[in-house]
Amino acid sequence: MSQKINPVENFVSGFEAIRATLAGNDLPWLDSLRRSGIGQFEDIGLPGPKVESWKYTRLRPLEDTTFRPVTLADREAYIDQVPTVLPSGLGCPRIVFVNGFMRSDLSCLDNLTEGVTVESLGAAVARDPEWVETHLGRIGSLEGQPLVALNTAMMNSGVVVHVRRGVVVEQPIQMIFIAGLTEEPVACYPRNLIVMEEASQATLVKLHAGLGVSAYLANAVTEVDVGDAAILRHYRVQSENMQATHLGSLHVRIGRDATYDGFGLHIGGRLSRTEVFARLEGEGGHCALNGAYLMKGREHCDNTTVIEHAVPHTTCSEVFKGILDDESRGVFQGRIVVHKDAQGTDGHQLSNVLLLSDKAEMDAKPELEIYADDVKCSHGATTGQLDETALFYLRSRGIPEALARNLLIQSFVAGALDEIKCDAVREAMMSKVVHWLPAKCFLAEEWTEE
Amino acid sequence: MLEIKNLHAAVDGTEILKGLSLEINAGETHAIMGPNGSGKSTLSYVLAGRDGYKVTKGEILYKGQNLLDLSPEERAGEGVFLAFQYPVEIPGVANTIFLKEALNAVRRHRGEEELDAMAVLKVVREKTKELGISEDMLKRAVNVGFSGGEKKRNEVLQMAVLNPSLAILDETDSGLDIDALKIVADGVNALRAPDRATLVITHYQRLLDHIVPDKVHVLAKGRIQRSGGKALALELEKNGYAEFAEAAA
Repeated sequence: MSQKINPVENFVSGFEAIRATLAGNDLPWLDSLRRSGIGQFEDIGLPGPKVESWKYTRLRPLEDTTFRPVTLADREAYIDQVPTVLPSGLGCPRIVFVNGFMRSDLSCLDNLTEGVTVESLGAAVARDPEWVETHLGRIGSLEGQPLVALNTAMMNSGVVVHVRRGVVVEQPIQMIFIAGLTEEPVACYPRNLIVMEEASQATLVKLHAGLGVSAYLANAVTEVDVGDAAILRHYRVQSENMQATHLGSLHVRIGRDATYDGFGLHIGGRLSRTEVFARLEGEGGHCALNGAYLMKGREHCDNTTVIEHAVPHTTCSEVFKGILDDESRGVFQGRIVVHKDAQGTDGHQLSNVLLLSDKAEMDAKPELEIYADDVKCSHGATTGQLDETALFYLRSRGIPEALARNLLIQSFVAGALDEIKCDAVREAMMSKVVHWLPAKCFLAEEWTEE
Repeated sequence: MLEIKNLHAAVDGTEILKGLSLEINAGETHAIMGPNGSGKSTLSYVLAGRDGYKVTKGEILYKGQNLLDLSPEERAGEGVFLAFQYPVEIPGVANTIFLKEALNAVRRHRGEEELDAMAVLKVVREKTKELGISEDMLKRAVNVGFSGGEKKRNEVLQMAVLNPSLAILDETDSGLDIDALKIVADGVNALRAPDRATLVITHYQRLLDHIVPDKVHVLAKGRIQRSGGKALALELEKNGYAEFAEAAA
């Protein structure tokens, strides 16, 4: 495990080995898409420290571990209880993947609203290859993106969500990816495609849950098309295990008067990087990218976002709150690009981090790139420690120190969670935060009542 | 109730309290008055146990036990309450949750049964009514966006809910208009009882018109310079603190 290997070669030979078994291998367009993916990946190689946007995150686990692609046999891992974000009592539909493959026995898609399709990528490719061809790979560009290229070559699972014109989906739909249950290190490559047609609305909740203790690589790519006047609330929880490497990238196109409202909660994973590329392409569009991350041990969490305002009168807002304990490390790189014609842009970005230990480290890099002259853009980044005065105030009222600390951490994270519009999701995420906290906390139930 | 003997305390290596002695019996209300920088706030923080306030000499006995051995939360459990000069804002934590956690922590310490959310709310509502505090203050995050007067009223509300034996009010009158001052004073007076004691720390005599003390002490240069009855406060109001600044020099 520890000797130097040639990761690029390994990934390429892994691709050749499983190519014939991949979804849609009989479709020439898909085969050529995969080939261009592996070609790009081979040309560029893994992103290294010489690439500016990878300055703070090194892919060490990929340099010293060989991850074999998952196979059908890995799908059969025994799952005692399906981890979820929302309580099962709410009866929300869900699609569940284990080690990269869909498990119908754990999924529950019976009560979907009419006009909504939720299926695995493999199923979509088999059922309606023409539709998939017109949407897949159209938003996530391979150019200069080796990890997207690798995913494009290997993609074998993931979810396709298609909400037809004008359809409003009331119940949140959960997408659950379970990993970490294999004997040797594996890699899976979920590829999600979300297409919101004009004036449709939906709430999607994605969970990456690491069970067990084995190392794995999740290289996920999600493409989202939010049509004119559509609203997508896209909430993500990354709760990978302590050995996991999670490399996710999200590519969003936002149409006229459309809203993309994204939130990511990161509470586990040895090394994780989430990239979001959002492009506002129609006037009146709004993009919210919010998130919270809570790291401990030697975990590393990187949130890198790029929001492009391509047309006039679009808005964006970003609120990220981080908690870093032990020797963990956080990275936030937030870029807002306002194109020359994008007058009237309104963009705000905020990154606040609490360091709970002297050995924790944060790198924050806000960037505004503005080519228009009539815009309102702001950013702010702070890194600090728990407020000693507030801690003393709570303790002077009888609240024990450990509980007082937890209360202040929760209060800090709540500043980001408050951005979540869906009450059930916000409450579920707060309860995940509470479970993360170092000592038993008495506040869980009441907190969610408010 | 409280016995402070020859107390020396330093902040960041600078000695602020230089041999302060003071005794307060159950049932009494004492006032400490003094110029800015005399050590008034240092005394209140030392009593409440704030980090960074180092006692270098002397002792503090509270109900016969060594107060300095206790953590801030243990002191609160034992019935010490400090109303802050500058109450702290805690975004994201509703006042009701804060009060419930505090009350139950103190009850646990006292070996009493914890109260559920409904029972706590009942106690809190009673107190808000008694103190003439509006209920919507309960739903808001602790002190966030509160006016100066609201923050001080919130301190008095916490005090009423936690039911302390020794209440220390650190410049509770600062920044209050006369109506707010009356509410705060009424709250403090309502708590006066034979088994309790109150220590009012203030720069101005005005508060003492409403909370009438049994004894008044002048604190300057880190020590009690003079003690007397209520009349001493009036004298200070008239003559100022100049005399004590010189006396200690």
